[in-house]
Amino acid sequence: MAFESLSDKLQEVFKKLKGKGRLTEKDVNEALREVKLALLEADVNFKVVKSFINKIKERAVGHDVLESLTPGQQVIKIVNEELTELMGSTQSKLTFSTTPPTIYMMVGLQGSGKTTTSGKLAAQIKKMGKKPLLVACDVYRPAAIKQLQVVGSRVDVPVFSMGDANNPVDIAKAAVVHAKNNKHDVVIIDTAGRLHIDEELMNELYEIKEIVKPQEILLVVDAMTGQDAVNVAASFNEKLGIDGVVLTKLDGDTRGGAALSVRAVTQKPIKYVGLGEKLEDLQPFYPDRMASRILGMGDVLSLIEKAQESFDEKKAQELEKKIRKMEFDFEDFLEQMQQIKKMGPINQLLGMIPGMNMQKLGDVEVNEKELAHVEAIIQSMTIEERRNPDIINASRKRRIAAGSGRDLQEVNRLIKQFEQMKKMMKQLTGMAKGKKGKFKLPFM
Amino acid sequence: MSLFNKWFNKDKDKLNQEELTQEELMQEESNVEQEEQEESEEVKELLELEFEEQEQVEEQEETEEVEEVVEEEKALSSEKNGFFSKLVKGLTKTRNNIMDGIDNVLKSFTKIDEELYEELEEALIMADIGVDATLKIMDGLREKVKEKKITDPAELKKLLVEEITEILNKGNRELNISEGPAVILVIGVNGVGKTTTIGKLAHVIKKDNKKVLLAAADTFRAAAIEQLEIWGNRTGVDVIRHQENADPGAVIFDAIQAAKARKTDVLICDTAGRLHNKKNLMEELRKIFKIISREYPEARKEVLLVLDATTGQNALQQVKLFKEVTDISGIILTKLDGTAKGGIIIAINSEMDIPIKYIGVGEGIEDLRPFNPKEFAEALFADEE
Repeated sequence: MAFESLSDKLQEVFKKLKGKGRLTEKDVNEALREVKLALLEADVNFKVVKSFINKIKERAVGHDVLESLTPGQQVIKIVNEELTELMGSTQSKLTFSTTPPTIYMMVGLQGSGKTTTSGKLAAQIKKMGKKPLLVACDVYRPAAIKQLQVVGSRVDVPVFSMGDANNPVDIAKAAVVHAKNNKHDVVIIDTAGRLHIDEELMNELYEIKEIVKPQEILLVVDAMTGQDAVNVAASFNEKLGIDGVVLTKLDGDTRGGAALSVRAVTQKPIKYVGLGEKLEDLQPFYPDRMASRILGMGDVLSLIEKAQESFDEKKAQELEKKIRKMEFDFEDFLEQMQQIKKMGPINQLLGMIPGMNMQKLGDVEVNEKELAHVEAIIQSMTIEERRNPDIINASRKRRIAAGSGRDLQEVNRLIKQFEQMKKMMKQLTGMAKGKKGKFKLPFM
Repeated sequence: MSLFNKWFNKDKDKLNQEELTQEELMQEESNVEQEEQEESEEVKELLELEFEEQEQVEEQEETEEVEEVVEEEKALSSEKNGFFSKLVKGLTKTRNNIMDGIDNVLKSFTKIDEELYEELEEALIMADIGVDATLKIMDGLREKVKEKKITDPAELKKLLVEEITEILNKGNRELNISEGPAVILVIGVNGVGKTTTIGKLAHVIKKDNKKVLLAAADTFRAAAIEQLEIWGNRTGVDVIRHQENADPGAVIFDAIQAAKARKTDVLICDTAGRLHNKKNLMEELRKIFKIISREYPEARKEVLLVLDATTGQNALQQVKLFKEVTDISGIILTKLDGTAKGGIIIAINSEMDIPIKYIGVGEGIEDLRPFNPKEFAEALFADEE
């Protein structure tokens, strides 16, 4: 990707501030410039960014810096908290009408993904044990009705259509009657894509709304939308009063700042995100994760929190010293492993690291079980063996294998990997004086 | 330094969204099931009501509700003098003001100062030009102002338009299809308007007395083939098609054979929308491109990337990654009939020399226009009601 991560930039800014217990306005301004750029690069609307930055400034100036965190991380933390708040701090679910059928209306610009989303939504609602009906109200775009019919047949949900010669308002009205007669408890109306400034077509939506009285009007927004997202969202909201937003195409590499813009102008919750073209790729929206994504930094915050909870700073410093002096042994290794384990499942931790993503993780495939095996092997060693791995000979290896219930090969592999790791550390500590070397644990 | 701090040094975005969701989804479902059970009892009673009666009741309720809502809104607006309401107000104003263009900004200034530059910068960013390109343009502008000793703010706009026109004035904007057979491959992410653009493009080329053939190689999206066929009918152009989910490469292969046999002048190939970060789909596109090069070496080739004017900074990424698998020869910018300015093409052209060839300004068959850099630059700052 083209941009450096925000956390890196902030770390750069705050490097010279190390040791300061308090952030001055100037420090904060410099840091916030980076935040501002990050938000703009993520396509958050300029005006939204401006107000947001002012808000952050108020909070960040004079704020005490937590001892265990660098000031940079502290600012990120504030930014992320505010972002999450702006995004809506809780997840917002779809509501159902007490008098069925519950009617949902899907609206949005052309190509935002209304039809695909309608299909995905129908599939999920069907899974809940309901009986949804899809309604084809896009009479304008060629083959739009056919598209919904295909989507409908894939998820095995019936599609109500009256061809493209009828008025969408009439179709919607007839569909509701049809739903009642056929005991459909959910009706999803797929409308044609339209520009928010197309008055005639916007009026059509309003008429449909007046006639069918939908439980929710969902605005479907392409996550890649730029600055114009505010105009689109504000127009649809003013005209129709939307109830929620579906953010589509989030499986791309966009940072999705549009989410923030839309939320800021409409104050309506984002209810779902589209993460692929398959019908099961519609997922609930997590405000905090979106905040991190917009900032381009992974879910560092949860990681920081977890680390703070479970990491003993003193022990970590001791370890660092040991590594430098090449005294790192199986004892330390075990301890390190247990500390990490305290923070939660490894897969989850890896996912929070910026730069890591599921695709890459797919290749790594950290196996929790394997970790447990490693632990068992080390625990089957005597203290003496752990401190001085060189004494582990063939007979000791056999004993360790028997004690841990693992194969001899596995014990061999672990010892070999441990040696390699030590060698690597040696190189790194020699190479990067003062710089923190990156080293790999054998199980990663 | 502890381990986790080391991890922080790794950068870049992308987060792991998959974790948890499964679990929580299931939780959500079970919640809903509970709700549903509670509902179903009420439902039974209500189902007995007749439709018309219900409608009347609902109508009454609605009017009452509307009144309530209005009151609520009033209460809300007075209550919230905070961040949100300011934001909302600010934004509505933005729509009316900033969209009015830079003219107003310029009029309100009597001399060229930092504040004016900042206002201009803001307008450029609001047009999706992006931070980097905006700063580049502003630097160029400042230099010119110094060089030419300009003091009148009104002159600035002319300079700005010139600056942007220059950036956008790249390469040959004509389609390279004048002589001999030609193939046009149309690519892009989902929902940018590829198929619609092809329909319009076929119309434009056919008007030029050329024999056109369409290849329906979007075999993935539901009813994409039918959509192209309808455009084929509208423009009176044949469409080569296979079944849904067929191999797009095979469709292209057949279309090329058909184009040769029928002595077609221009073959236009539709492809499935694909997000540029999907490895497999991009490889598929590379294969399609290879098939065209191998099977139709004598044909002139155009690879047109379709971009949605509403798209923000991600469009840059789209161009870069699509360029890795095909030789993009031009860009078509669609959906310029909305309020989006499509400024991202300026960012694209300030980094890459890919000519913008056409713009889409509506869903009608005539709504494809040749791209004119100067007009585009002027429209960026044009007055709109």
